[in-house]
Amino acid sequence: MKAAVVVFPGSNCDRDCKVALERSTGAQVTMVWHRETALPPGLDLIVLPGGFSYGDYLRCGAMAALSPVMGEVRAAAERGVAVAGICNGFQILCEVGMLPGALLRNAELKYVCKPVALEIVNANTRYTAAFAGRRQATMTVGNGEGNFFADDATLDRLEGEGRVVFRYKQNPNGSSRSIAGIVNGAGNVLGLMPHPDRAFEPALGSADGALLFQSVMASA
Amino acid sequence: MKAVVHVFLKPGVLDVQGKAVQTALHGLGWDDVDDVRVGRVIEFDLAGEDRAAAHGRVDAMCRRLLANPVIEGYRVEIAP
Repeated sequence: MKAAVVVFPGSNCDRDCKVALERSTGAQVTMVWHRETALPPGLDLIVLPGGFSYGDYLRCGAMAALSPVMGEVRAAAERGVAVAGICNGFQILCEVGMLPGALLRNAELKYVCKPVALEIVNANTRYTAAFAGRRQATMTVGNGEGNFFADDATLDRLEGEGRVVFRYKQNPNGSSRSIAGIVNGAGNVLGLMPHPDRAFEPALGSADGALLFQSVMASA
Repeated sequence: MKAVVHVFLKPGVLDVQGKAVQTALHGLGWDDVDDVRVGRVIEFDLAGEDRAAAHGRVDAMCRRLLANPVIEGYRVEIAP
């Protein structure tokens, strides 16, 4: 199994993602610089990691969305390759239009960094199968702009189509309908604000993130 | 020509910065202040003479990059 982690200038969870993927799935993980115009062949998963790509200039994820590699990421997603955007990666996927909505500054203006309890809203996605019917998970959030926003029609559509994958049990940032993670219509592109890469073994306080990585690698 | 782009969160999108600034202004005694919005101004030079054409180009830049239409509105000014 093969995965790639895209590295943008300002990414800071890229190595965490590599280690988390290797340890939880045994996947072979390649780091891909954002200026690349080709991805390694045969990928099962592409991760857009957390961090502050381009220093969050203009808007979080706005500049990274225009990086050369994103054309390849989009093409791979259209072929059905799994793409997971974590935190800043979620912001990038929204900016590039691969997921609907946008991430606003947190209500209360606070940078929120803590473990959060999540409801697994849809246990039948490529990213949640290994939770084996469990309806709750714990992962860590760490963001200042994690307040998911979309208009009501979009939110209704996401909920109606089972595309809300994770919801906060206690909303830490004002996200619309407490949404923490969504998938695209085809179900292969995931965006989530909590970090599975900071919750992949018990020493980190939770190993639930490993189940997310195991789910998606097993689905390939 | 000089282009000036004003970008603001759309009405109905919670502007937490604006809210914090408003609270601070109230704290300083300016109680009559209401509906503070904090936005962004982007200025740049643009070659050419045709202001209408320039307006169209800057509008395209806004839709493509300078504003996020999901959450932001924008206003374009073109000065000679």
